[in-house]
Amino acid sequence: MFGHFPLWPESASTNAGNVDALYIFLLLVSGIMTLLIFTVLTIFAVRFRKRRGQRAVQIEGSHHLEITWSIIPFCVMMVFYIWGVVIFFQQRTPPQDATEVYTVAKQWMWKFEHQGGQREINELHVPVGRDVKMIMTSQDVIHSFFVPAFRIKQDVLPGRYTTLWFHATKPGTYHLFCSQYCGTQHSGMIGWITVMEPREYEAWMSGGGNQPLAVTGEKLFSELGCVTCHRSDTQGRGPNLAGLFGKSVLLEDGRTVTADENYIRESILEPGAKIVRGFKPVMPTFQGQVSDEQLNALVDYVKSLAGPQSGRPANTDPVAGASPQL
Amino acid sequence: MATAVVSDTGERETYLNAGYGLKSWLLTVDHKRIALLYLISITFFFFIGGFFALLIRLELLTPAGELVQSDTYNKLFTMHGQVMVFFFVIPGVPAVLGNFLIPLMVGAKDLAFPRINLLSWYLYVIGGILMIYTILNGGVDTGWTFYTPLSTEFLKTNVISAALGIFVAGFSSILTGLNFIVTIHRMRAPGMTWNRLPLFVWAHYATSIIQVLGTPVVAITIVLVALERLFHLGVFNPALGGDPLLFQHLFWFYSHPAVYIMILPSMGVVSEIVCCFSRKRIFGYKAMTLAVVGIAVIGFLVWAHHMFVAGISVYAALIFSLLSYFVAVPSAIKVFNWTATMYKGSITYQTPMLYAFGFVGLFTIGGLTGLFLACLGVDPHVHDTYFVIAHFHYIMVGGMVMAYLGGMHFWWPKISGRMYPEGWGKLAALIVFIGFNLTFFPQFILGYMGMPRRYHSYPAEFQILNVLSTAGATILAVGYLLPMVYFVWSMRYGKPAPANPWNAAGLEWQTDSPPPTFNFDEQPVVTWEAYNYDEIGEIPEREEVPVAH
Repeated sequence: MFGHFPLWPESASTNAGNVDALYIFLLLVSGIMTLLIFTVLTIFAVRFRKRRGQRAVQIEGSHHLEITWSIIPFCVMMVFYIWGVVIFFQQRTPPQDATEVYTVAKQWMWKFEHQGGQREINELHVPVGRDVKMIMTSQDVIHSFFVPAFRIKQDVLPGRYTTLWFHATKPGTYHLFCSQYCGTQHSGMIGWITVMEPREYEAWMSGGGNQPLAVTGEKLFSELGCVTCHRSDTQGRGPNLAGLFGKSVLLEDGRTVTADENYIRESILEPGAKIVRGFKPVMPTFQGQVSDEQLNALVDYVKSLAGPQSGRPANTDPVAGASPQL
Repeated sequence: MATAVVSDTGERETYLNAGYGLKSWLLTVDHKRIALLYLISITFFFFIGGFFALLIRLELLTPAGELVQSDTYNKLFTMHGQVMVFFFVIPGVPAVLGNFLIPLMVGAKDLAFPRINLLSWYLYVIGGILMIYTILNGGVDTGWTFYTPLSTEFLKTNVISAALGIFVAGFSSILTGLNFIVTIHRMRAPGMTWNRLPLFVWAHYATSIIQVLGTPVVAITIVLVALERLFHLGVFNPALGGDPLLFQHLFWFYSHPAVYIMILPSMGVVSEIVCCFSRKRIFGYKAMTLAVVGIAVIGFLVWAHHMFVAGISVYAALIFSLLSYFVAVPSAIKVFNWTATMYKGSITYQTPMLYAFGFVGLFTIGGLTGLFLACLGVDPHVHDTYFVIAHFHYIMVGGMVMAYLGGMHFWWPKISGRMYPEGWGKLAALIVFIGFNLTFFPQFILGYMGMPRRYHSYPAEFQILNVLSTAGATILAVGYLLPMVYFVWSMRYGKPAPANPWNAAGLEWQTDSPPPTFNFDEQPVVTWEAYNYDEIGEIPEREEVPVAH
């Protein structure tokens, strides 16, 4: 924008425009406020400077003024608040049918795996004009996935998934930063997001014969013996997983949970945490036996069992990906 | 004015000449001497923290990490943060100016618990020694925020000694708060009702409540970090069954209110200065007292606005964003009331007033940019970028340090019994203001452009703004060194200060400069409202100032 002295970040997603609009509004309003306060201060400073023979006039205060200058800023702030909430909800609600990319962060790199099985490190290719959902976890400490050109950021936590989505609008190459301090090479944990025209993207995706993630997951599912209990009929010792993803599940203790990525992940690593009503807590834990990448494949396989009709993640609840504690 | 006690040598006895020798200082229970002990120790830590800041700024002159290694850089910003936050900004105004002034302002001989006051300083020093040990032993690189599981499982540096230092210093803060609360409740002079208290005292009262209620939480959190690090107790590390977000909740439950520990006392300082140099009572005294208490209370309910992108639920974010806007209202009230206080005043521009102007301006910018960060639509983009760095430096450095320096100039005659050189004072205030804005304003732009914080190296397009920022930091350093030099100079060569050089309201000005050990020769009785400038009149011209004694 300003040649070699840029003052504004590139804007390359639908969200970027929304955030910029609100930011400019905030800049204008707070700019006017600042100007107003500074002008009044300057006028008072000059007009009421000490003069010989003139004394200060004592004023106790004014309830009317106090109330006025509490309520007006408050109302303006509520506009900021509500506008912010609207954008935040959009940011946190991944659309259905988004292209999904699994991400595993570790000190100090980003590992991506597409549903088609393509793997990338510190570089991510995505199509322009399509929704992309990132399903992210960390192998060690907390990292944060930050793409300034998309105006999005989400911390990536060890031990569970967090999600984020974007809709790129402009082909190009954009910075990917880790924005949560993560140790020695924190500032080296950077990469590029390459946004491509759909045709180039398809060509890029079809290069190299990869095995789709769900197929990898299916193989693991039988290798690990999951299939012996989670059968495709009702006779298994574990629940039938077909059509499970995105549905709500009634638990033994009466709670209901939505079967999202975190639920499946937890059920594999900590099977005893949430027992489905009507089943016994007999499943062994797979903690330490499956890597984060294998987990991703298993999760993607279970999701694929939801079938094409029920759609991909029916999971439009904005709370998905949020802390189980809250 | 009360008649002065004259010592054998014919000199009036003050708290400064009441005893000589190291022992008379290190075992003193006089709040004024303890304030000076704090002054020396926090100045020491300020320059250590400042030195780290300069190294950080030098490193960031160029995009590549060339000056120091990544690990060293990470240690620099960690120790800059820890030293500045826990050993300078938090104790700064309360432990030095609050300690010195609160008994004087309420008309008491000392704080309620003089020995506990001395204990507070020793705890601070022990904490400080642990911090120095940490630095000399190779440093620590957790970031001042100690985020888990990085701090508990992954780093090989001196996490335990740094945590212990902060833990111990925390108790210093708790005890000081306790001392202030009891003093303000129990030791006010006859006639000094709650509604006659200077706003400086109100601000410290609100601060003390936060110190007493909030600091234990961070102390417990630090203990849990240590237990997880030493004994692998799974509290925060998910690999051990813990929850890393629990740490963030506990940490910010203290550390957000701690921001108000840092800024509320400064607001008190500014209220005193603005009234004195406008020759006006404060506009809206009641609103001002309600505002500080309001900030202290609501300030406890906004912590998770540091965690909007950390993985908390969307609904929690909604509530914390809303509450963060609530806390902005009393802050806005304060700015408007200071401005209104100047209306129809008789304003003069001595050094303290210049700092007060600087404070109001910088606090306004710091406060308004806080509205950007409280906003759920904008925060996910600017969180953990230089926008945040700029915002909190506008509050902590632009706010707290400006007010602290303003207060130091305002009360220096009372503390030292000498006047500082006014011309140099004004020059330094101007240099600080310019240097500050040049250092930190470019960082707002850097932040929105997306430069993450805590980056040792950065993409080349961020360089020009970083160079501006570094240039500003060198100017700022000069601005901070100047007062240090002329304050020391004035202790010997400054003009002797009269009891009340500014003709200011407040009991502290009714006793001699410097005050006698027990503050007042006779118990003061208060029959007037705070800031009774209508009865006091104008600031005397310098020539007319009667010389002390």
